[in-house]
Amino acid sequence: MLRIDQATYDAIVTHAKKDHPDEACGVVAGPEGSDRPERFIPMVNAARSPTFYEFDPIDLLHLYKEMDARDEEPVVVYHSHTATEAYPSRTDIGLASEPNAHYVLVSTREHGNSAGPVEFRSYRIIDGEVTEEEVSVVDEARSQA
Amino acid sequence: MAIEVRIPTILRTYTGGEKAVTGEGDTLSQVIDHLEDNHPGIKDRLIEAKDGQSDLRRFVNVYVNDEDVRFTGGLGTSVTDGDQVVVLPAVAGGCGLSRAQLQTLWASTANV
Repeated sequence: MLRIDQATYDAIVTHAKKDHPDEACGVVAGPEGSDRPERFIPMVNAARSPTFYEFDPIDLLHLYKEMDARDEEPVVVYHSHTATEAYPSRTDIGLASEPNAHYVLVSTREHGNSAGPVEFRSYRIIDGEVTEEEVSVVDEARSQA
Repeated sequence: MAIEVRIPTILRTYTGGEKAVTGEGDTLSQVIDHLEDNHPGIKDRLIEAKDGQSDLRRFVNVYVNDEDVRFTGGLGTSVTDGDQVVVLPAVAGGCGLSRAQLQTLWASTANV
């Protein structure tokens, strides 16, 4: 199960709506081994595309070095689909390379940039196997020491 | 002495869980061959044959001292003692459709 606080959930949805019709992407980092998504980090989609996303290679390096320095890992890796359901595509599955992460998919196909509900779903993707999991949105962000 | 090679989570099955291993060589290519000697199987995850030549896989990023090796000579990038090599898989994906397929889907969605 993915447990995520309301503010982080909202931030992911806002990012997806803002970047529609391009795919939006980012991570939520958390202390290594904690499974707590605490630090929302929106990333630029270097592909700037409605059909593909990719973190810029230099942004990627900075992100991982920063997480490393803070003993964090990517607890959530999120991206949006802008015309299809919030389910990992073959491309998503083939390129998934964080076996410990929750892969969050948001679909903006219903309302695009406008207000309105989105599909927000979470998966584990390990060795090409997709397992959907429950998403539990909690009210309070856990304050970080 | 030697070169530090940072290994991403997904490839740590080859390094017994180690986040960093020691490499040797004068070029990135040699460092990867040396890695393969100690951690068999890892090279194939980094390199593929393209037009009869070896090249880094499209969705694997390698950095030497924070520089993306795609801009410093790829596998031929020189390395020396004390350098750091970082391997990071691309974080990438996407719906996998063509733009034409997208347009059709958007056109069929009333609220957009």
